[in-house]
Amino acid sequence: MGKHVLLVEDETNIIEAIRFLLSREGWQVDTHSDGATAVDTIRAMRPDLVVLDYMLPGKSGMDILKELRADQEFAKLPILMLTARGQSRDRAEAERAGVSRFMTKPFSNTEVMTAVRDLVQLAQ
Amino acid sequence: MTSINQLIGISLAYVAFLFAIAFFAERSAARGRGGWMRSPLVYTLSLSIYCTAWTFYGAVGYAARSGMEFVTIYLGPSLVMLGWWWVLRKLVRIGRAQRATSIADLISARYGKSNLLAIVVTVMAVIGVTPYIALQLQSVTLSLTVFSGPEGVRDPLNQASAAFWVAVGLALFTVLFGTRNLNANERHSGVVMAIAVESVVKLVALIAVGVFVVWGVAGGYGPMLERIDASPIGEWQMDRSRWVALTALSAAAFLCLPRMFQVLVVENENERHLQIASWAFPIYLMLMSLFVVPIAVVGLDLMPAGSNPDLFVLTIPLSQGQSGLATLSFLGGFSSATSMVIVATLALSTMVSNHVVMPVWLTTQGEGAQVSGDVRNVVIFARRASILLILGLGYLYYRVSGGGAALAAIGLISFVGVAQFLPALLGGLFWRAATHWGAVAGLVTGFAVWLYASFLPSFGPDAALSASVLADGPWGIGWLRPRALFGIEGVDPTVHAVIWSLTLNTTMFIAVSLLSFPSPLERLQGAQFVNVFEHSTQPREWNAALAASEDLMIMTQRILGAPEAQTLFRAEARRQGLSGHLPEPTQGFLQTLERELAGSVGAATAHAMISQLVGGASVSVQDLMAVADESAQILEYSNQIEAKSQELARTAGQLREANEKLTALSVQKDAFLSQISHELRTPMTSIRSFSEILRDTDGLGQVEKTKYASIIHGEAIRLTRLLDDLLDLSVLENGQVSLNLETGRLEDILEQAVVTARAGSAGQLDIQRERTNETQVLTTDLDRLSQVFINLVTNAGKYCDAQAPRLRIDVEADDVGMRVVFRDNGTQIPLGARALIFEKFARLNDKEGSGAGLGLAICREIMTRLGGDISYHPEPTGNAFVVHLPRDVALAAQ
Repeated sequence: MGKHVLLVEDETNIIEAIRFLLSREGWQVDTHSDGATAVDTIRAMRPDLVVLDYMLPGKSGMDILKELRADQEFAKLPILMLTARGQSRDRAEAERAGVSRFMTKPFSNTEVMTAVRDLVQLAQ
Repeated sequence: MTSINQLIGISLAYVAFLFAIAFFAERSAARGRGGWMRSPLVYTLSLSIYCTAWTFYGAVGYAARSGMEFVTIYLGPSLVMLGWWWVLRKLVRIGRAQRATSIADLISARYGKSNLLAIVVTVMAVIGVTPYIALQLQSVTLSLTVFSGPEGVRDPLNQASAAFWVAVGLALFTVLFGTRNLNANERHSGVVMAIAVESVVKLVALIAVGVFVVWGVAGGYGPMLERIDASPIGEWQMDRSRWVALTALSAAAFLCLPRMFQVLVVENENERHLQIASWAFPIYLMLMSLFVVPIAVVGLDLMPAGSNPDLFVLTIPLSQGQSGLATLSFLGGFSSATSMVIVATLALSTMVSNHVVMPVWLTTQGEGAQVSGDVRNVVIFARRASILLILGLGYLYYRVSGGGAALAAIGLISFVGVAQFLPALLGGLFWRAATHWGAVAGLVTGFAVWLYASFLPSFGPDAALSASVLADGPWGIGWLRPRALFGIEGVDPTVHAVIWSLTLNTTMFIAVSLLSFPSPLERLQGAQFVNVFEHSTQPREWNAALAASEDLMIMTQRILGAPEAQTLFRAEARRQGLSGHLPEPTQGFLQTLERELAGSVGAATAHAMISQLVGGASVSVQDLMAVADESAQILEYSNQIEAKSQELARTAGQLREANEKLTALSVQKDAFLSQISHELRTPMTSIRSFSEILRDTDGLGQVEKTKYASIIHGEAIRLTRLLDDLLDLSVLENGQVSLNLETGRLEDILEQAVVTARAGSAGQLDIQRERTNETQVLTTDLDRLSQVFINLVTNAGKYCDAQAPRLRIDVEADDVGMRVVFRDNGTQIPLGARALIFEKFARLNDKEGSGAGLGLAICREIMTRLGGDISYHPEPTGNAFVVHLPRDVALAAQ
């Protein structure tokens, strides 16, 4: 089974970096950069993992997270959230909303990959 | 014989004794003890101030001169007392309900609380009672002179000074005990106790003299009767008109005298005392009159012809060598005089200070006076000054009238004077149509007639009225003769004065009342007075059985609030030994409840509410009026509260606004920090991630290495630029920037900006300029201005989305300076975003290569510093950014 990840992020360079890191470990990486249509894309693609940026054009990562968690189908979908906003409030809010893992940019590559592995294990 | 000095000593000792009684009575009253002082007996005895020195000495003199007629003076009050339930009960009930402090207060209250009326009554009372006070001074002085030696060698100067010192002493006593403390109800337990004791002294003294006369002089009961039969006094020769007039007059005076009102109504502690006094006081009067005839008869027999019969009470014991008895008798007369003067001055001073001095003082002081603390002192001062004034007037009358007239005659003058209150008083109690103006007209008319026909002539011919006026009338008009008004002659002067003054008084009162209309307040007060018994203010008993505890509970909760009501009910239930929260509605509990509710909604409302639930008592008209009264007060109170709460709401609004501003600021700050964090962390993320990849990944191809390194490089530059912008903005915003003023040509500045921007992201842009217009020479910070231009050109290059992006730069002069306009042909900025474009971090989209959203914010700051501004204008085919430069920048170098 190929592992399928959807990367919702609007910063080209960060997409590039994460894509590099994940595909090296055998992930099939798809990207989406518009917040407004992200949920639809996820519903269509049904990925195994979502890496979600907080600040997105159209709709914030937080709103996307909440919308997904409200749907029974995506209640358990592993979601790794990344944020550059650096507000501790955001972490608390995301955890309440049911985020799987919350990480502040800039991250270390090891950190991100460890989190991804953990999430996959948990999901299985 | 007791010497005059001994007598003065005894008098002083007696006064000291009265002081002591008054003092202790007041002290135990203050401590809440001495319930016996508020007994019906004390009340009855205090009424005996009706019996003044006039009755003590004068009754005997009266009997000696006019036979049994003196009885009328006792008959009138006795009839009033025996018929107490008709007038007195009403008077006392109303007086208490209205908290009347004097007869002036009561009359003014009845007629719409009119201060004019209060003043009229006060002035009349002061003038009317003055002869009476003079009478007391005269009697004390006369009695003193009896002891000083045989008549004839009396020194008139000495008499005057004696009267003076008596007046001073009485003033002192009244000031000390009448104005020591001010109670809202104007009660003086000390004074009342003292006059009750005095009434015993005078009764004992008179009876002692009587017993001595009957059994010591006349030789017993039988011989005494024989003597009386033999005497002309014993014959009942009734002058009917005088008997009727005098009985009516004394009855009227009993009701109207200010001092009687004081003891009857103001000092009344309990309405039931009146019921007991109604038979006890006539008995007292009977005892007082019991020996009058024997003393008069024996006196006439015993004393030399021409001796003053007013003084028989003293001269008979003295002539028999009974100086002890004479001294007791003197004390009796002294008691009569002092008690009358004390209470009369007290009552009058209350009226004068409440209705004349205080209103005047308060108007002259303005509004502040009523709230300042010195009113109390002013009241006390006013009382004391009034007391001195009244006694001074009494003394003056005594001196002016020469002190010669018979005691009874002077007393009657006073009686006629105060009797003028009667129509207004009785009319007020029984006739609802009586009006304020009717009362004023009646009082003034009656008083004027009294002054003219009774008071002024009393000074004697050529004193107040000339002899010719007395004899022939003013200007010789016969029917205006003071003693024979309207041509009615041959009538006794007193009867004459009574008939004319009261007839005209009553006529005017009725006529004007019928012709005038009462004010609403008068109507209300009139109903309260006339129908006082229909709305009893006595505590009423509840028919407890009919009250449902649950209903009471519901009502109480509404008024007191649920927790308090429940606590109250539960506590009562526990006290009754019941479980749960509903006690039996016992009598006691209902009264407790009424009290509790009264604290919140007022007594009348509470009473009405409970009576609704209990059902046993109906809600009377007065209840409703009292409810209306309370509601008005509550309304006023709630208006105040509303004003307060409006103020609070305003304050709260201001606070909310301030809070909103702060919150908005805080949200702004938060957003700003989040933005900065985002702008800084995003490039740092790429840098960190790719540098870790470069470091940790073996076997990366050269192409990838170069690519990743250039990403790191690019992001580092982005970061640097961002930091530069932030610092720039921060410096500009804080005003720490120092402008580097230089002079240069606009054309050069624009040229430099265009070149710089083209090297960046504006490479594709078609820039159109009209160089011939760019000849202006500017003196400003050229680098900063250039920075603005570069920014605008770069933005056009970045964001202009036209197929062939074009930027046209025009220089235009305007009325306050010049404008440099940057017009592009891109899509218009959406309406909602236009207001935001100059704000920090405002980005229209996240198109690749866009900055942090600080550029235009910096431009705006720069232009502000340079004294100009920058604005956005939508164009039909694109956007225009206008940089406006003030004239002095442009002119500076010309």
